[in-house]
Order: sequence, then C-alpha cells, then structure tokens
Amino acid sequence: MNADPQAKVGQPVLKVDDLRTHIFLKRGTVQAVDGVSFHVNAGETLGLVGESGSGKSMTSLSILRLIPKPGARTVSGRIEIDGINVLDLDEDTMVRDVRGKLVSMISQDPMTSLNPVFSIGDQVGAAFRFHDLVRGRSAIRDAVVNVLQRVRIPSPERRLDDFPHQYSGGMRQRVVAAMAIACSPKLMIADEPTSNLDVTIQVQIIRLLREIQKETGVGLIFITHDMGVAANICDRVAVMYAGRIVEIGDVETIFDNPSHPYTQGLLDSIPHLGRRRERLYSIPGNPPDMQNPPSGCRFAARCPHVMDRCRSEYPPEATVAPGHMAACWLVGKNE
Amino acid sequence: MLNYLIKRILQGVISIVGASAIIFAISRLDDPTLLLLPIDATPEMVENLRQRLGLDLPIVQQYLIFLGNALQGDFGNSYRWEQPALALILDRLPATLELAFAGLVFALALAIPFGVLSAVYRDSWFDNFAKLFAMLGQAMPNFWVGLLLILFVSVNLGWLPAFGREGFDSLIMPAIALGWYPVAAMTRMLRSTMLDVLDSDHVRMARAIGVPNRVVVWKYALRNAAVPLVTMLGIYFANMLSGAFVVEVIFAWPGMGRMVVEAMFARDFPLLQVGVLFSAILFVVVNLLVDLSYGVLDPRIRHD
Ligand SMILES: Nc1ncnc2c1ncn2[C@@H]1O[C@H](COP(=O)(O)OP(=O)(O)O)[C@@H](O)[C@H]1O
Ligand SMILES: [Mg+2]
Repeated sequence: MNADPQAKVGQPVLKVDDLRTHIFLKRGTVQAVDGVSFHVNAGETLGLVGESGSGKSMTSLSILRLIPKPGARTVSGRIEIDGINVLDLDEDTMVRDVRGKLVSMISQDPMTSLNPVFSIGDQVGAAFRFHDLVRGRSAIRDAVVNVLQRVRIPSPERRLDDFPHQYSGGMRQRVVAAMAIACSPKLMIADEPTSNLDVTIQVQIIRLLREIQKETGVGLIFITHDMGVAANICDRVAVMYAGRIVEIGDVETIFDNPSHPYTQGLLDSIPHLGRRRERLYSIPGNPPDMQNPPSGCRFAARCPHVMDRCRSEYPPEATVAPGHMAACWLVGKNE
Repeated sequence: MLNYLIKRILQGVISIVGASAIIFAISRLDDPTLLLLPIDATPEMVENLRQRLGLDLPIVQQYLIFLGNALQGDFGNSYRWEQPALALILDRLPATLELAFAGLVFALALAIPFGVLSAVYRDSWFDNFAKLFAMLGQAMPNFWVGLLLILFVSVNLGWLPAFGREGFDSLIMPAIALGWYPVAAMTRMLRSTMLDVLDSDHVRMARAIGVPNRVVVWKYALRNAAVPLVTMLGIYFANMLSGAFVVEVIFAWPGMGRMVVEAMFARDFPLLQVGVLFSAILFVVVNLLVDLSYGVLDPRIRHD
C-alpha cells in the first residue's frame, strides 16, 4: 500500500465503465475487451494481471484511443480520465490535450520503444515541443535534461545527442519513462515495462516508478502477467481473463483471500524462492477462442470447481467484501 | 571510417579496371577496319590502318598500352569523329546526369507520397489506385512511355517539345519516361516498410505522448524507411545512368548513352571504351555514395 499520508490518493483519475473493444477481422470478430470496468485513484497503482492474450494491452490502448486501425473498434463503454470521457473526443483533441498531458504510456519493450534514428534529446523533447509547454531549442534542452535527471540518468546533458543504441536496456526504459512523465500526466499506463529486462534492472525500474509516483501523485496502471511482480508494486489488483475482469481488490485481499479460481491458479503458479528446481505449477488448458467465447463463465473449461451453471450463465460481479469483487458463482454460494 | 573509405575506393577501382578489360576484350572480337575504309579498299590499305591503330599487336599488349595511355588521360581519338574520345564523352556526360537525376526526382516525387499514403490508408481506394498505377508503370517499357508521351503531349496537344535539349521543357518528358519504371517497385517497397514502422513500438510510444499524426508519419516513420529506400534508389539511379540511352535515342537527347550506342554500331572502340569506363565509374560512385549515406541515415550503422 502507498503509506505516504500526504499522497494525493483518493480522487479517481480514471473510471472505466463496461468497456468493449472488439477486433473485426475477415474471418470473425475477436472480443478482445468485453465489458471491463475499473477505476484508478490518484497516487495509486492498479495492477492489471492476466495471461498473455487476456486483453490487457487492448484495454490500455483503448484508454489512449490508440487501438490498431483499421480493425479494432471500441464499441461501447465509458472511459473517464480526470472527469473527461475520452471516447467523446475527436482525434485532434486527443493529440493536443489528452495523450502525454492527461495520460501516457510506458511500453513493453525498451529495446524497441525508442526510435533508432533520432537522438534521445529529440525524442524526449517531442513531449514538450508538441504540447507547446516549452518553447525554444535551449529551453527544450533544459527541460529534457531536467526530466532525464528525474528518471536518474547520470549526467544527461552529455548524453542528449546519443542515439538509443548507445543506451543500455535499463537506461532506455528510463528514457521511455522520462517521455511518459514529461508533461506530468494524471495517469500512466505501464504495459509490462519490466518483462524484457534482467531481474536486477526490473527491480530498479519498479523502484523508479514508485518514486515517480510519490513525487507526482500520478495514477498508475501496471500491466503484468506476473503475480509476483504485481505483489511488489500494486495497491490494488485487477485480474483479467479472456477479455473480462474476473476479480479485483486490494493487493492483500487478492493474495490472502483470492476468491476466483483463476486468481487462485495464478497465485499457485508464482515461483517461490527455494522451490526453484520444482516444476512450476501452471493452470491446465488454454484460454477460450475469443472469436467465439463460451456463453457461460469463460474460465469454466479450466476451472477445478466448475458447476453446471457456470457453463450456461456468466456469473455476475459479486461483492466479496467492500472493494473486493469476484465474478464467480462460488462467491455467493459460500456465504 | 577512413579505412573503410579506402577499402571501398580500392574495390571500386578494381571494378572499373575489370569493366574496362571486359569491354576491351569484347570489342576486339570484331574488326573495325572494314567499316572505316571504303568498300574497295585494298588489303594493303587494311593492313596499314590496322598497324596505325595498333590492332596488329597481341590483345594483351594492346590492353596494356590502352591502360598506360588511359592513366595519362589519353584514351585515343574517336575513329569516327577524329577527336579525343575523352573530350567527346565528357561533353555529353552532363546531359546524361541531368536526365537520370530528373528521372530520379520524378520517380521519388510519385513513389514517396504513393508509398506513404498507401501504408497510412491501407486497403483504401487510394491504396488500390496506387497499386494499379504502379503496375501500369511497371508493365510499360520506357521507350513505350516515351512514344506515348510524344504522341499525346507533343503531337496531339503540342505542349512540350518532342526532342532536343533546350531548357526545362525539353527535360520533362524524357525524365518521366525514364523515371516511370522504378515508381512501382519503390512504391511497393516503401509501402511495406512504412506498414512495419507504423506498427512498431516506438511509433506507438510517440503517439502515446501526443506527437501529431503528420509528424509521426512524415518524420518519425519515413526516416526509418529511408535506408531501404536509398538502397533501392541507388540501384535504380545506376540503372538509369546506364539505361538512359533508349530514352536518349527516342527524345534525341544529346547524352552519353546515345553516343556510346552509336559508337558501338560504328565499331568506334576508343569512344566505346571511354563510354563504358564512365558508366562503370558512375556505377561505383553511386554505390559508394549510397553506402556512405547509411551512416548518416541510420546512426546504428558505423563503418569502423
Ligand atoms: N492486431 C490484432 N489483430 C487481431 N487480433 C489481435 C490483435 N491484437 C490483439 N489481438 C487479440 O486480442 C486479444 C487481446 O490481446 P492483448 O490485449 O494484446 O492481450 P495481452 O496484452 O493481455 O497479452 C488476444 O486474443 C489477441 O489475439
Ligand atoms: Mg500485452
């Protein structure tokens, strides 16, 4: 939990309501995000956890309105960032007032997230230039140096004109973070920002994100497929499966009292220190075909506790405790 | 960097010398004296001429003499024009360079917008139109494009001169005829590179921090597509330089290509040799320039 008492925790900076983003292909429609609701408060980190293909990236791209075109379309829902429904905005407004300024992103792979043919100074400077926040070459240069210092890049003034290939993986991820925080957004989405890094560098990046959050009070969505990483950084966790959120709650609650069998399966697959040599548990079976998802619970085919009802009706979002929701027929039953 | 440059220049020199040896050998397969003398020339006259031109010596010796003279800038006199061959070619070189360069500019002026917009508006009517247009271009040899242009633009409409080299007007149609063909290949290549780049993480990252679409497309993405484009450009430019003769003949363009072709028909060896040598030099220079441009276009490519 974020223990800092003066952090601006509380006000929601993001409210997502019944978001559906589908991908229309010639051979059918992929229901990549299919009725997702959650919120993120200022100064808080929400973990979005789930296996690959569960719709995490598509959810974050929907928030940025950067889903792949043509093909993908957000068919319904509401996405409120700082009180503004971004689904109502036109592209010009998104570019001018939203992306970078209200919400930004730290993308998955630091090795491919920077443009290889432009200097670091040029790329980080773009954030200032196109939002007209800083004018003039030298002023932009100063601003870039300043933001690179904030992500702890040593002597940035000497490395401004270097190109991405002259930076290490960890340093590149810091540059990406610098681009993301340059215009002080209210919300930041980090899409598996550490998956492609060494463990020690992972830890550094996670620490950095926490420090940035403390300084700025930015709301953070931290996407990962790794429950262990989520435990390290998140205040709350939303577990995603096959385009839907199946469980959401405080990080302690999710870890101590997981209510959805899928969450339980994910927790069982976390590697533990000292148990290295053992074969890692993984949930048997595969996620459903997202072009023809089952009408009942999407996890039914893999669920150890499956009942008849699960196969025919999608379970409603049941409140386990205040702030703890799970979409599972078992939840009501146990009470 | 300097080492690399020296190595490349040496390689170029070897290619040029090789090209000169090949054309020298090929041109000795035939005897020019019969063409240079009247039909009723006596065998003595023929033998005299052969001696005067040095054609009676063994071919290796002839070649060494040629090389030795060439190093001193002496390529001999054209049989036909009876003037220094080098001067004749140098006189025509600017016209050929001008034409090839104009052809390249025309090709780029079409291929860049076509390729970029086809990628941005993938599968739209524009994309299909560009595809069709490019296919048409590739299906038409340049002499055919040239003849069509002369027929419609010069003969029917009377807008542009059909031949000669006088002012910008006379350059337009030959440049189009020459530049038409590569448009298709360049458009397709640019389209597919742009599709890849536009789908890349760094483009998404740029968009995510609010970089406007036009900057993402025309600056960020296009610069990434520059290396393969310049490679292709180099190949086609070299081809245009050596392949310009067809267009030069059709439009009576006073270029080097036309002169070399005429020299070939006239068995005018000295002229032919200089012409081929210059084609080879241009080829090598263009390739070297393309290579050097990589370092400028892509900071990851360093020659050290
Ligand atoms: N460009 C695309 N075309 C077709 N299907 C896609 C595309 N991108 C993602 N998908 C599909 O959408 C679903 C969600 O993908 P994604 O959001 O990337 O998952 P995650 O980030 O959780 O791994 C997956 O089933 C994936 O196959
Ligand atoms: Mg993903």
